[in-house]
Amino acid sequence: MNWAVLTPLLVFLVIIFLIGFWSNRKMAKADGFLGDYFLGSREFGGLVLAMTMVATYGSASSFLGGPGAAYSIGFGWVLLAMTQVATGYFTLLVLGKKFAIVARKYKAVTLIDFLKARYKSTPVVLLSAISIIIFLFSAMAAQWVGGAYLIQSLTGLSYIGALFIFTLSVLVYVTIGGFRAVVMTDTIQGIVMFFGTMILLVAVIVAGGGVSTIIADLVTINPNLITPFGQDGQLTSAYISSYWILVGVGVVALPQVAVRAMSYKNAKAMHKAIIIGTIVVGFIMLGMHLIGVFARPVLPGIEVADQVIPLVALEVLPAWVAGIILAAPLAAIMSTVDSLLLLVSSAVVKDVYINYVKPDASRNHVMKVSMAVTAVIGAIAFVLAISPPDLLIFLNLFAFGGLEAAFIWPLVLGLYWKFANKYGAVASMITGIGSYIGIHFYNQAYGDLLGVHTVTVPVFLSLIAFVLFSLMFKQEAYEFPSTTIKKEA
Amino acid sequence: MAKNKQDSRFKIAHREALIGCGLAIVNIVWWYGFAFGLGSKPPEEYSYIFGFPAWIFWSCIVGFLVMVVLVAIVVKFVLKEVPFEEENGKKDEVNSA
Repeated sequence: MNWAVLTPLLVFLVIIFLIGFWSNRKMAKADGFLGDYFLGSREFGGLVLAMTMVATYGSASSFLGGPGAAYSIGFGWVLLAMTQVATGYFTLLVLGKKFAIVARKYKAVTLIDFLKARYKSTPVVLLSAISIIIFLFSAMAAQWVGGAYLIQSLTGLSYIGALFIFTLSVLVYVTIGGFRAVVMTDTIQGIVMFFGTMILLVAVIVAGGGVSTIIADLVTINPNLITPFGQDGQLTSAYISSYWILVGVGVVALPQVAVRAMSYKNAKAMHKAIIIGTIVVGFIMLGMHLIGVFARPVLPGIEVADQVIPLVALEVLPAWVAGIILAAPLAAIMSTVDSLLLLVSSAVVKDVYINYVKPDASRNHVMKVSMAVTAVIGAIAFVLAISPPDLLIFLNLFAFGGLEAAFIWPLVLGLYWKFANKYGAVASMITGIGSYIGIHFYNQAYGDLLGVHTVTVPVFLSLIAFVLFSLMFKQEAYEFPSTTIKKEA
Repeated sequence: MAKNKQDSRFKIAHREALIGCGLAIVNIVWWYGFAFGLGSKPPEEYSYIFGFPAWIFWSCIVGFLVMVVLVAIVVKFVLKEVPFEEENGKKDEVNSA
């Protein structure tokens, strides 16, 4: 074991635990358990809001898979990754103030609460809960595997041992601390990611002998590495551009992102978060993917994409600095997992259990059930991650795109179109998920339809279905409730 | 009375959502234009800025900085502060007006 690398990592884990305990004590004083456990009482300021969005969104793929792809594909993958800058401002501006105001009127604490209040339809709630439970659970379990691999490569423990440590650390602080613990640790993790990226980028450029030398070396290896089209010229402009939907604007519809768009204190916090979020997400995406490309001449011949960043960090930095830097991908994985874990358990507890099984549950009962469900889901993820079934990998492949195709129009049109109704929402969700699965198989068999990413066509089809069915079963124009009337009169 | 106030908050929200779409369009055009405008020729003909191929320098690095500046300008000068809670609505609205 390499203690110089491990010590900073352990310190990091201990800090995370302390935050979990602190949050738990603070929660004991809050009024509503559900609102605080799942939403942290809507009191987050700008920095915390920006960091929690970045940390939740920046997952294993931003720190391990993405730079690994940039290593073999070249600058084309950097270009593709930069579509994600939009997530910094687009989500908060588009869901924006309307979502924040309406969520407060509805007293909504999750995306499903909003859909339930807006459409007043059991099928919409159940469809949403099922999509969240299936897709997010798979996305989460796959991160579980990534986290375990990372710990394994750092400690030399067995895979099962690494998985056990990972599961235990995540479960302890999510179960105990809830949403507040998650966003507080997200903030620290976001800061670690930001500075980790900065230090590693500088170190790689220095190790490679400056940008010009690195680029010249890249051209010697393969001139295609410095074009936008990939090492074999396999990327088309249409394909790269379709990532604007998958990881740029479509991110609005991810439940783990949307829930954060209702958790902030006031407009000032939101404004600050838009600026900080854009800077941080853009810098991390640009930096990490450039590191991936620059690593190619510095450390040629890495075969497993996920190992590029850990190996390069160990190569170009002193061991103890590498330990701190490698806390960044671990932070990214943990902060994604914790949010997803919380969302899946909120879908089970709030949206299914309290809605349909036991509506009159007491605060104490809800608290026990929430913690128990969170722990059970974590344990199931652990068991599945021991030897990941093919189905899990398969579901994870389209977890993000599937959720976007399902939720984007019920959420966005529900907010901004007064004729949006439950018929449109149900039709849109079924069309979105159905066509996503269909096109996924088509693309696997025959190559990408229209040369774009799988998510593109379903997003347009579900829009058409939404508008068509809303107009076909047209209802009166919807008006958001005005709870102020009583007080003003 | 109450209804008008609510509508005015929504009006601001709708405007800002459209601004978000506008920013995304500017971002896409800048990103696409420089990347494929400068990057589509064979790599031997590339020009370089600070060691980077010009297309990635303009599209990704400058493009990112431009977006940060645009977003900051929009946030500072265009976005309006509105109250989210119903109770202290009146007081805050006066402040932001």
